[in-house]
Amino acid sequence: MNDETREAAQETAQQPPIVRLAKVNKHFGNLHVLQDIDLEVVPGEVVVIVGASGSGKSTLIRCVNGLEEFQSGNIEVDGNELLPYGKSGKSLQTIRTEVGMVFQQFNLFPHLSVLDNVTLAPIKVRGWPRDKALQTAHKLLERVGIQDQAAKHPGQLSGGQQQRVALARALAMEPRLMLFDEPTSALDPEMIGEVLDAMRTLANDGMTMMIVTHEMGFAREVADRVIYIHGGQIVEQGPPHEVLDNPQNERTQSFLSRVLKH
Amino acid sequence: MDVTFQFDWQAAIDSIPFLLEGIPWTLLISFGGLAIGFVIGIVFGLLRINPVRLLRWPAIAYIEIFRGTPVLVQVLFIFYGLPQILGGPINALTAGIAAIALNAGAYISEIVRGGVQSIEKGQREAGLSLGLSRPQAFRYIIWPQALRRMIPALGNQGIVSIKDTSLFSVIGVGELVRQGQIYIATTFTALEVYFMVAMLYLVITLSLSYALRLLESRGLVGQ
Ligand SMILES: Nc1ncnc2c1ncn2[C@@H]1O[C@H](COP(=O)(O)OP(=O)(O)OP(=O)(O)O)[C@@H](O)[C@H]1O
Ligand SMILES: [Mg+2]
Repeated sequence: MNDETREAAQETAQQPPIVRLAKVNKHFGNLHVLQDIDLEVVPGEVVVIVGASGSGKSTLIRCVNGLEEFQSGNIEVDGNELLPYGKSGKSLQTIRTEVGMVFQQFNLFPHLSVLDNVTLAPIKVRGWPRDKALQTAHKLLERVGIQDQAAKHPGQLSGGQQQRVALARALAMEPRLMLFDEPTSALDPEMIGEVLDAMRTLANDGMTMMIVTHEMGFAREVADRVIYIHGGQIVEQGPPHEVLDNPQNERTQSFLSRVLKH
Repeated sequence: MDVTFQFDWQAAIDSIPFLLEGIPWTLLISFGGLAIGFVIGIVFGLLRINPVRLLRWPAIAYIEIFRGTPVLVQVLFIFYGLPQILGGPINALTAGIAAIALNAGAYISEIVRGGVQSIEKGQREAGLSLGLSRPQAFRYIIWPQALRRMIPALGNQGIVSIKDTSLFSVIGVGELVRQGQIYIATTFTALEVYFMVAMLYLVITLSLSYALRLLESRGLVGQ
């Protein structure tokens, strides 16, 4: 991380958070998946969440856009509140229109063309006229380098291309926050770079991002903060050079030594 | 015993005009019943997977009852039984369409359920994460995909229901079999006439199969 970005991060740290989790607890039956999670993310911040399989990373970010309910605590996204047991009313919908998500398995709509994948939500949710939605879609597809594929269906694209379409689809809603759940884990190695490049550009443009990933190089380069989760708890967090290069917690150390060996 | 018999082609051909008069009725009962059955199937298929238990169980009861009893009994019940409750006769065509609708509706409910449940959970989540409401996610994302997957099974149900209408000769509606029976009563050419009746069913069902295969080859089915 260079000085400039660090300064920027410190500057943003003064702003009120866009995401605030307070004492969030989540259970799957007897499994206590998230334990008293307190977390704040400020606008423009890139937070990378790392941790072992089953530690609760996906659950954590899925709570932020209400794909998972939680049982106690409270989550606030850009002033809209999510309450336990999905009793959030209208604010859930508001949050979802303002929070984009990219999934490990892309989850593109296979029956729609690439273009329709990207324009569906702006038209149906934002009520944009078709022209405007199309214009935005073309711009976004160009930005992620797949303007030539607009008429194709997702099944005709490579994994890397599909994930970039998924990114464009989420960005089309002009989100204030982007969630990524292992966006490159389902990709062949040679396609990981193109997706990370697109995400890097997005981060440089100032997007607020919460990213679950095992790409430690990427985290070191792009993250303002790295959070290590273990057993549903935030065990350690800080700038990447601290958490990744000089972890204080024993668990973080052993996790990283396992991950970085690969 | 004299086993030599003659298939009288002339008799078979002669019966065609009279048999053809039954085809509109067969088609009307089949496709009328199937169209209504499709609507029933969508409604009850979706109720069947509704998270609200109170809505699920009537759907389960309907499906089990109409899949678990013969369509012949259903149509007899409607045509001869129901008038005693309603206090007036039911026309045979209405009874036939109702029986196909209710019977096919039960099977189509299960087809709908299977189709909708076969769509990966991630599809809905992707839709919701974009801000679509649940009904929107269903309408624009889940249903179109489910429908494509359902088409082969729906076609199969169509063929079954078309053949089921042959049973409705018992309530006197002038469909294909009934026409055959009437014709045979005066000509005594059962062999030739039932052969022709079978051929006419085949023409209908093969046409449907062919139409479905066309749909499939155009990529409108499956995925
Ligand atoms: N729908 C569910 N029902 C029951 N248990 C679940 C469910 N989803 C997740 N879990 C459990 O909750 C725990 C946390 O899951 P989560 O998916 O958040 O982990 P993760 O950190 O994302 O792991 P991974 O790196 O494998 O994706 C795991 O033990 C998992 O088995
Ligand atoms: Mg996960």
